Amino acid sequence: MSDTPATAQPPETEIDLAAAEALLGTDTSRFRHDYLEVRGLRVEFDGFVAVRDVDLTVTQGDLRFLIGPNGAGKTTLIDAVTGLVRATGSVAFGRTELLGRSTHRIARAGVGRTFQTASVFEELTVLQNLDIAAGARRRPLTLLRRRRGTPEAVEHALETVGLTALRDVPAGVLAHGQKQWLEIGMLLVQDAHLLLLDEPVAGMTHAEREETGQLLRRIGSQRVVVVVEHDMEFLRSFADSVTVMHQGRVLAEGTVNEVQNDPAVVEVYLGAPAGPATTEGDLP
Amino acid sequence: MTVLTALLRPGRARTLAAFALAAALLLLAPAVLSPFRLDLLAKFLCLAMVAVGIGLAWGRGGLLTLGQGVYFGLGAYLMAMHLKLADAGPGGVPDFMLLYGTGQVPGWWEPLRSPVSAILLVLLVPAALAALLGWAVFTRRVRGAYFAILSQALAAAFAILLIGQQQTTGGTNGLNGFRAFFGYDLADPVNKQMLYLIAAGVLLVMVAVVRWLTVSRFGELLVAVRDQEDRVRFLGYDPALVKVVAYVVAAVMAAVGGALFVPIAGIISPADVGVVPSIGFLIGVAIGGRATLLGPVLGSIAVSWAQTSISEQFPSGWIYFQGALFILVIAFLPGGLASVAGKLRRRRAAAPPGEAAPGDAAPDAGPGPELVPERSPA
Repeated sequence: MSDTPATAQPPETEIDLAAAEALLGTDTSRFRHDYLEVRGLRVEFDGFVAVRDVDLTVTQGDLRFLIGPNGAGKTTLIDAVTGLVRATGSVAFGRTELLGRSTHRIARAGVGRTFQTASVFEELTVLQNLDIAAGARRRPLTLLRRRRGTPEAVEHALETVGLTALRDVPAGVLAHGQKQWLEIGMLLVQDAHLLLLDEPVAGMTHAEREETGQLLRRIGSQRVVVVVEHDMEFLRSFADSVTVMHQGRVLAEGTVNEVQNDPAVVEVYLGAPAGPATTEGDLP
Repeated sequence: MTVLTALLRPGRARTLAAFALAAALLLLAPAVLSPFRLDLLAKFLCLAMVAVGIGLAWGRGGLLTLGQGVYFGLGAYLMAMHLKLADAGPGGVPDFMLLYGTGQVPGWWEPLRSPVSAILLVLLVPAALAALLGWAVFTRRVRGAYFAILSQALAAAFAILLIGQQQTTGGTNGLNGFRAFFGYDLADPVNKQMLYLIAAGVLLVMVAVVRWLTVSRFGELLVAVRDQEDRVRFLGYDPALVKVVAYVVAAVMAAVGGALFVPIAGIISPADVGVVPSIGFLIGVAIGGRATLLGPVLGSIAVSWAQTSISEQFPSGWIYFQGALFILVIAFLPGGLASVAGKLRRRRAAAPPGEAAPGDAAPDAGPGPELVPERSPA
C-alpha cells in the first residue's frame, strides 16, 4: 500500500486548537481533583531493578516532562503505571489505585498512553482508528452495528489533529508526524484524563513540534499530562516542570531552570564532575 | 452522506453482485450436475462452511485455528448420534451398539433422541466448548504459533478419544448407514437434492453473517486486535473477549457444516475430524484468500474439487499436490488467489483511497501477523 496518493502529495495538516477546545470543554473545574501520585514504585525484571523508590506527583495544569539518559527507567515507569509490567508500591490516579489492575481496566479508569514508535492500526482508516478509540465504553451489542456517521468527539478530534481531509486514508500511509498526531487524537477521544506520552515529537519537523507543543500545553491545562522527551529545545519551550530520572531513580525535580542548574543532573548528562551549567546547550 | 459511505458504495455493490452470482450458480447446479456430482458439491459446501468461519477467525482476527476439525466433528457426531437413534429399531438401540457394545444406549446419548434438542445441542455444545477454551486461552495471552499448536493438539486428542470409544462412538468406523434425515428417506434423490439446497442456503447465510460482522464496529475492532493487540488493550478493551467471539462464531459455523455433512456424506469417522482434515480446512482458506469474504469459500470448494478429481486420476498423488499448492501460495501469494485481482488493479492504476475500506477485498496481507513475533510496544 505504498502507492496511495495520500503519500504522494500530503495535504496541509495543522493542529487546530479551537477544535481541541470543543473536545476538552472549557470547564476546568471538572478535573480539578485529578492528579497522579506515585509512591515507592519498584519494578524488577529477573533480579534487575529497573525502577526503584520512585515518588512522583503530577497535578492537572502542570505539563510535566520526564527526562533522563537511556535506560533511566522512564518508559518502564509508564509501563508500570499502565499495567504493562508488574510493579510494587503505589500508583494512584485521583482516588483510584492503579497497581494490580489489568491494563484495559486501567485504561477505563481514564489513563491513556502513546508509544515511542507510533502504534496506530495501520490497515484501518484514520476515522476507524479514532472511532475504536472512542468506543471502549460502548455497550457490547452496539458493536455489532455498522458505524453510521461520525461521532461528535471523533469529528472534533479529526479537526484538532488536522486529519479531517485524510479521514478515509489507511493510517499506515500517514506521514510519521501525522501518525503521532493521530495517536494524540485517539487519547483525546478516549477521554483519557491522565495522558502519558512517550516521545511524542520524535522525528517531527520544527513546525510540527511547535504545533504539538501548543496542543499539549492546551491539553495539559485540563488534563494530567506526562511527557517523556529527549528534545531539550522542546522541553525548554513547553515544560512547566521536569523530573529527571537516572538509573531507575528520581534524580531531580523542578522547573526547567532549576533542573538545568542542578549539579547532579549536569554530572549525569556530561559525565563531568559537578559544576554549574555553563551554556544553554549543556543538556543533550 | 459522508465521504465514507460514498467510498464504500462501489465495494458494497460489488459484494452484492458477487453474492447474487454465487446464489444463482448454486441454484443452477442441480439442473446441470449429475446426482453423483451434486452430492459431491453438497459435501464441498459443508466443508466450505468451516472455511467461512476460519476466514473470520484467521483472516480478520489472526487466530490460526488449526483444530477446526474438533468443532466440525462435534457437530457431525451429535447429528450422527441423533440419526442413529432415529433409525434404531424397536428397542431404540442403534445397530452398531448391538454389535460391539452392551446393547444399552449410554445416558449421554439420550438428550439427542429428540430432533429439537439434537439441533440445539449441535449449536450449543461447540459454542460452549469454544467459549470456555477461548476464554481460558486468550485471557492467558496464548497466541500466534502457540495457539495454533494447542488447537491442533486438541484435534488430535479428539480423534484419539473417538477411536477409543468403540462401543459408544463407533471407534475407527465412525457412525454410518443412516437411512433417514428428520423423517426424510436419504435414498430418495429428491431428498438428496433438498439437502443440497439446504447446504447452499446455509452457506450463503453464513457468508452474509461474516460480511455483516466484518463491516460492523466489531469487525473493525477485530482487525485492530489482530494487528495491535496491546494498543487495543490500552484503549480500554479486553482483546480476549473480542477473540472469543470470533472463535465461537467460527466454531459454530464448523459445527453446522459438520451436522449437514453427516446426512450428505452418509458417514462421519475420526478420519474426518483429526489433524489432517483440520489442516485441510485451512489450506482452502489460505489458497482462496483468508482476509476476503468469498476467498475462503471459493478456495475451499476449489481444493475439495481438485482433491476429488486428482484422486480419481492419481490415487496417491493428491497429498503431494496439496502440499505443493500450499507452499506456492504462502510463498508467492500470501493474500491468496483473491488478491490477484486487487494486485492487477493496483498495477493498472493508482488505487483510490477507499481501497482498504472494511469488507472490501482486503489488502494483501503479509505472511500473517500471527506468525510474526510479537512486537513489543515498549
